Amino acid sequence: MGFEQFGIVSFTSTTKTEKFVDFLKEGKVCGTICKSCGAKFFPPRGDCNFCLSEEMEWFGITGAGELITYTQAMYAPAGFEKDVPYTLGVARFEDGAKVFGRLDKSIPDENIRPGMKVRLKVIDLDDDRLSYVLTQA
Amino acid sequence: MPKVGIIAVGQSAFVRSYPGSIRELAFEAFRDALKGLPIRAQQIDASVVCSAPEYDKQRTPAGLIAEYLGLNPQPTFYVESVCSSSSSGLRTAYALIASGLHDVVMVLGFQKMSEISSAESQERMGRGADIQWEAPFGTMMPAYYAMHARGHFEKYGTTEEDLGLIRLKSSTYGVINEKAVFRKSLTLDKIMEPKYIATPLKMMDCCANADGSSCVLLASEQKAKELCEKPVWVRGLGMATAPINMAGRDTFSGLKCAQLAARRAYDMAGLGPKDIDVAEVHDCSTEAEMMAYEDLGFAEPGKGKDLIRNKETYREGRIPVNVDGGLLSKGHPIGATGGSQIRTIALQLRGEAGPMQVPNAKVGLVHNIGGVGIYGNVSIFSVD
Repeated sequence: MGFEQFGIVSFTSTTKTEKFVDFLKEGKVCGTICKSCGAKFFPPRGDCNFCLSEEMEWFGITGAGELITYTQAMYAPAGFEKDVPYTLGVARFEDGAKVFGRLDKSIPDENIRPGMKVRLKVIDLDDDRLSYVLTQA
Repeated sequence: MPKVGIIAVGQSAFVRSYPGSIRELAFEAFRDALKGLPIRAQQIDASVVCSAPEYDKQRTPAGLIAEYLGLNPQPTFYVESVCSSSSSGLRTAYALIASGLHDVVMVLGFQKMSEISSAESQERMGRGADIQWEAPFGTMMPAYYAMHARGHFEKYGTTEEDLGLIRLKSSTYGVINEKAVFRKSLTLDKIMEPKYIATPLKMMDCCANADGSSCVLLASEQKAKELCEKPVWVRGLGMATAPINMAGRDTFSGLKCAQLAARRAYDMAGLGPKDIDVAEVHDCSTEAEMMAYEDLGFAEPGKGKDLIRNKETYREGRIPVNVDGGLLSKGHPIGATGGSQIRTIALQLRGEAGPMQVPNAKVGLVHNIGGVGIYGNVSIFSVD
């Protein structure tokens, strides 16, 4: 399996950024940096829209981030029904990367608010799938 | 720039489930637009058909609809920008006419959403976001707008009740719009019942799926004057785009694409927010209308809540917004929505909006967003 291992339900099977999944297996959430002009991307990209290069290297998003916004979904689209309720959010990390994802279910509801410190954690899902969550730092 | 005018507008009733096929649904708006006019299919030089294809079983609906409406052998093609498809259709039709290529062009928007379940439809809508990096988490449109609502609350102190007041206004006008799907009168208590879809948005903060069609007929200045007693002129067309991925957004308290589209439309028209007499904004959620107040310059950033608290966006207020009930009450048949908004503004500017009429409305604006701020279309119209 390749990129379709990422996420609860996958809609993408092949991508130049397939190594994202290999890094998840090592416990890392990674973006890409253009080797030619240094532009940094998260989510990772295989092509640089600034200098047109496709030479990329990977960087890990580490350290603490800050939750910018969130929502607790009480309904889910087809394929995700068994997960509700779940919380989706966006966080900004120290190096400027913004990351969209689910919040760790173990975070007490009353702790979830914009400004909460978070870090990224890789999680295993059913059927040999994996993803990441934003967990409280 | 040559003048381009709207010479006819039509809309089907928006309903939960239309008892017919998509070609018949499209015909409803076409018939409504042409009734009482000396124009028939033979005088339409080209058509632009707009919908969101993921709901259609029919492949390439433009050809099918052109045939059923009697528009063969003239050119027809499909334009899509999800929820703002028919505003993008308007932009296309304008260019076709202003370039001199065609004299009379029709924009036909439609959507029959009822053939799939609500959960399936949410999944398809969720795929209107980034399917590689976001949809694998279980995304849906209300959740995206909910994150913007949270961002707005956090930055400006807006409350759930402020959003509730927007739904209350919507229901006031939904009751008197015979084409709306949701015509029940609501109380603020009912609106505030804690039935959350995606916090802080509740059931009543979100618009409903619907089946419907809309039709806008445009013509060059000369043709418009020949064929129509009171053309409504296209004065400004602004369109802008923004990153589809939430990680590409700088802020969650407004939509950049709408702000830039508004500036472009105002610049083209040589007008500003204070010149607008009546507006239709894309209220797929109450938060979407709240952000529109600010993105369009009707209120300073963070002051949108004062507009609704002071009833400034009611029919009698300083800047009436969505006095046809908006998407919240009319329903939101994706491809038909923009055309329905344009229809409302055209009727307002002609003084034909019946019980919804804003007195002396001369300049109107349509704000129509595709996805959660991927595509922003702002269009300005006037009768002079």
